Amino acid sequence: MAALLNIKGLSKSFSGLKAVQEVSFEVPAGEIVGLIGPNGAGKTTCFNLIAGVYRPDAGEIRLAGSRIDGWRPDQICRAGIGRTFQLVKPFAGLTVMENVIVGALNQVGSVRAAQGISEHLIEQLGLAGKRHAAAGSLTLPDRKRLEVARALATAPRMLLLDEVMAGLRPTETDRMVALFRDLNASLGLTILMIEHVMRAVMALSRRIIVLHHGQVIAAGAPDEVTRNPAVLECYLGEEAL
Amino acid sequence: MSGHWFDGVSPRAAKLLTLLCVALVLFPLIASDYLITVLILILYFAYVGQAWNLMMGFAGQLSLGHALYVGLGAYAAAALYVHFGVSPWIGLWAAMAIAAVAGGVIGFLALRFGVAGVYFAILTIAFAEFARLAFDHWPWVGGSAGFFLPVANYASNDLINLRGSPTMFYYLLLAMTAAALVSCHALLRSRAGYYWLAIRESPEAAQALGVDLFRYKMYVVVLSAAMTSLGGVIFAFYYNNLFPEQVFHISRSIELILAPIIGGIGTLFGPIIGAFLLTTLAEGLGELMRLLGIDVPGVKQVFYGLCLLVVVMFLPDGVWPPLARRLKLEQQRSQGLAER
Repeated sequence: MAALLNIKGLSKSFSGLKAVQEVSFEVPAGEIVGLIGPNGAGKTTCFNLIAGVYRPDAGEIRLAGSRIDGWRPDQICRAGIGRTFQLVKPFAGLTVMENVIVGALNQVGSVRAAQGISEHLIEQLGLAGKRHAAAGSLTLPDRKRLEVARALATAPRMLLLDEVMAGLRPTETDRMVALFRDLNASLGLTILMIEHVMRAVMALSRRIIVLHHGQVIAAGAPDEVTRNPAVLECYLGEEAL
Repeated sequence: MSGHWFDGVSPRAAKLLTLLCVALVLFPLIASDYLITVLILILYFAYVGQAWNLMMGFAGQLSLGHALYVGLGAYAAAALYVHFGVSPWIGLWAAMAIAAVAGGVIGFLALRFGVAGVYFAILTIAFAEFARLAFDHWPWVGGSAGFFLPVANYASNDLINLRGSPTMFYYLLLAMTAAALVSCHALLRSRAGYYWLAIRESPEAAQALGVDLFRYKMYVVVLSAAMTSLGGVIFAFYYNNLFPEQVFHISRSIELILAPIIGGIGTLFGPIIGAFLLTTLAEGLGELMRLLGIDVPGVKQVFYGLCLLVVVMFLPDGVWPPLARRLKLEQQRSQGLAER
């Protein structure tokens, strides 16, 4: 299958600290790929480079063949990449519904149509009872769900999920996993996810990429990667066996 | 049509609003000349406050130099009228265009060079000050000696040239304030309105959801500037004199933002209720001082300061949100947009 997202030689330093070095990987269309690694490995920096928050020092990012590196975040969103933030950024003073409408206005011009889309997504994410609550009043798990609903509302071809499972209870995690699996199966939504909750990563990913010190140290099928000694040493630990 | 206007307004609020409109329309029939001049002040501050609120309350862009747009609008329409006999109804388009360009230039510079937040506010002050100095030394519009419109014959109202009685200006301002309220209500429910609120709440999140920050910030700055300039046109034709020292002075910019701050930033009714409270209280205080025979210069400013202090300490959201709840005006279903 053709790669939807193609990353080649991506590098980014912050005042001398090499956060991401020569990272290359592909995310095939319609697949779910996990991006794992210890804290400070450069996962979120990688996301921010893809999403246009930072401009790469070197390397290329291609979406369906066209270069998108150096684009602004809103342009990248319009090109079809939706993202969530690890540190959630709800529009605190707006209601849940209004939050999602802002996302939905990326795919439709009229507010009425955006409301319809949002209503459906809020339902899907289990936020229906809170649709008129201020986003600032939500609990952390609900805020995570709101992040996902908002990103999905932009009608992305590809979704970047930054630790959306963190802080969720196991049953909630399973529900979220089921949702992504469903979106992937029904819409062919491509997902790249940063996740520490291995239960979710293993359940969803067809491929896993492991970052360590800003470099890719392993990539492949989940069972392959989890047996890789380098990965075990730096991230998963012996007990994962 | 009216059904569309009241979209998202609870029936109770719509009823009260209609009642208020009727009362304001009938007001000049019973009011004294003095009361009409007070109402004119209230409506003026409600109008320009609404225009400022568009930028700060909705999109979170703080301007402390809105006197610039008032002044540009006032001078543009007045100069066209005095020098070329152009009716203010045509002059107002020039006024809006000039203010929009000024707002656009400031917005562009700020956004191009990443001047945001407090620094943006300082930039707006700086431009108002530039204008003050420039107009002070521009003889074509009278320089620092002031620019005067031929004083009207109040016996007849000339609506075309805006020469006439305070009652005429009262109705004009009433129409403008109502139009501003209706347009802001509609804007808030449009795509741009949602994007402005999103930018106010979190620019990064807004951008990640496809909002072009530059474009939507420029929209709001330009729109607010143009809207404010219309207040300036009325200002010029109502007072008939313009002095750069007064029109562009920073105290004017501050005065203009007090109503929305006290009424409730980001609410549609805040600027109106704030203007009403501030102006009536300040005028009442002035009357009281006159009655008591006390003449203290600057007492109005001190009073404004106290009002601000009280509101900031006890009603940080302004007077309107708690009042709206008390009057049961917010819609049952949504606490969000309806309260605005």
